[in-house]
Parts: sequence; structure tokens; C-alpha cells
Amino acid sequence: MLPITTVHYLVVAAALFGIGVSGVLTRRSPVIVLMSIELILNAVNLNLVAFSRMWGNPQGQVFAIFVTVAAASQAVVAVGVLIVLACGVVARGAARNREPSPNHASLPNGLPNGDAE
Amino acid sequence: MPFASVTWLKLSKPPDTDAPPMTPPMTPTMTPYLFYTLAGLAIAGSTLVVTRRKPVHAALALLVTLLAIAGLYLMLYAPFVAGVQIALYAVAVTALFLFVIVLMNLLLNQPLKLQPPSHSVLRFAHRDYSRVWPVGLAAGCGLLASFTYALVKSRTLFPDRMVSPSGSNTQQITTLLYGENGRPGQYILSLEIASLLLLVTIIGAAIQVGSSRSVIAPLKKEEPRPSVEDRDERRITNH
Repeated sequence: MLPITTVHYLVVAAALFGIGVSGVLTRRSPVIVLMSIELILNAVNLNLVAFSRMWGNPQGQVFAIFVTVAAASQAVVAVGVLIVLACGVVARGAARNREPSPNHASLPNGLPNGDAE
Repeated sequence: MPFASVTWLKLSKPPDTDAPPMTPPMTPTMTPYLFYTLAGLAIAGSTLVVTRRKPVHAALALLVTLLAIAGLYLMLYAPFVAGVQIALYAVAVTALFLFVIVLMNLLLNQPLKLQPPSHSVLRFAHRDYSRVWPVGLAAGCGLLASFTYALVKSRTLFPDRMVSPSGSNTQQITTLLYGENGRPGQYILSLEIASLLLLVTIIGAAIQVGSSRSVIAPLKKEEPRPSVEDRDERRITNH
């Protein structure tokens, strides 16, 4: 069997990247879109670590750690946005139950129900 | 010989020491199998992430993918990045996704139940996927094909050699990040910026939660008698 070279890892990372881009472009659920973004960032990380191994230089791994930090921050902020939007949906539903013609100009736009299952 | 293992090593040597060994020394023979197993797990898991209908299943498939990628990092002699991957991605981010899936199900008053099976492919696609999902799928596959073509064509650009790392991986990374012998590291400014980013993220998440509470709170104050929906919500939350 052929020895594993850098190109093998690059092909795996390219596959992960392509699958992640497909997920971002095709899915409607915002949570799954976030997971696809995580897949894309992981593909980038795998590339960085593979090149770090190729040159025997740990700077690529340092970059991978920075990418991980940025990805975690992005996930936290995006999840917070999703929770705020879901709260907006709940508040709008409650307002619709209370009054026949509510004024929900001050409420944030909610998600359609099909998006958050 | 005091140790049995040393005797075993001496016995397991080939009888004629002049002949070259079958494999070069220090080359692990299991590496291709391990690589193909982990790569297959990663690609299969990511495919499941993109194609599963229920976000809980997608989150569990994402967990499998992230653990497989951590194994690939270990194969690349990057144990520190593998540890960060397991601790931060596979545990924290996946738990965060599972948490938000459950919380959004509670908030939107949709209990976690199996959805009725879709009868036609078109309805399935229209409900869970974007309306232009063939375009997105074609774009992703085209990107993947162009990447693979470029990598295979430029194979000579990447040398086949892999430099073996010298010294401790974690120590090298720490030296680059924090410095050594009183001198600051090469990436210490980036490290400070990253920690500032984390701090801003924490504050931003707290502000987001506070704003969502200010949306919910006045509704409950104005409404002493809860509607049926609110009562159901409270019942689910109390479970």
C-alpha cells in the first residue's frame, strides 16, 4: 500500500470542505448550517496541520489553534442569535394570542416554524 | 539478560543481519489502514451531517466527524491540536449545538418527536432543504472536483518527505505562543487578540441572553392568566 503523504490529507480536507459548502448552500435549518461551517473550518485546520507536518514546523498548529478559537467564538455568538430569534417567535405567538391585532414592530423577526425543528 | 522483552527483541531479529529489512526502520505499517479508516469516518460523518433531517442526528454525526479529525491530527504528530479538538470542538461545541437544538424545541413548543415520513422526494427536499438545493449541491461538488483536480495535478509541488518533529510538540507550540527565557513569543500579540475575542464573545452572549429575557419578561407580567400555549410551555420547561 502506498505510504500516506501530504496530498492524502489535502484530499480529505478538500472533501470535508466541499461537503461543508454543500451543506451551507442546501440546508434550511440554521443549526445545520452552523455545523456545516464548523466542517469547513475543520477542513482548513486539517490542511494547516498537514502542512505543519510536511515542513516539520509547529507554526501551522499554532494557526490551527487560532482558527479553533475563532470557530468557537463564532459558534457561541451564532447560537445566541438563534436563541434570541426563537424567543422572538415565542413572544410574537404570545402577543398574537393576547390581542387580535398586535403591534409587533418592536419585536425581532422570528424564524418560520419549519426552520427550527 | 534481566528483561524478557530484550530477549524477545533479540530473538525476533532476522537471522542474517546483512540483508536489508523488509520495511525501513521506524516505519509503522498500520498507518495507511488507520488513515483510510479515519478519513472514511470523517467523510461519512460529514455527509451524514449535511443529509440528516433531524438536527440531533446531525449533531451526533458531527461528533463522530470531529473525533475522526482528532485522530488524523494524532497521526500528523500534533497531539496538542488533537487535544484541543477533542476538548473544545467535540465536547464543547457539540454540547452547545445539542443544547440549542433542545432549547429551540422547547421555546418553539415543538416536542422532540419523530416527524412523519415524507412520501415524495420533492416534499422532502422542499421541507428540509433550500428551494435551490440542486444548485448548492452542484456548487459544492464542483468546488470539490476542482480542489481534487488541482491537488492531483500539483502533486509534484508537495514533497513526499515528511519532516519528523524534534522535541515536544506542546513545548514548541507554547514557545511560539508565550515565548521562552523571558523573550515574548512570535505569536503573543495574536494570542492576546484571541483572548480579547473570547472575552468579547462572552460579553456578547450575555448581552444577547439579557435582550431575549427583556422580550419574554414583559409578556408574562402583563398576562396574569396564562394562555393554553404558555401553560403547555411551562409544563414542558418544568420537566
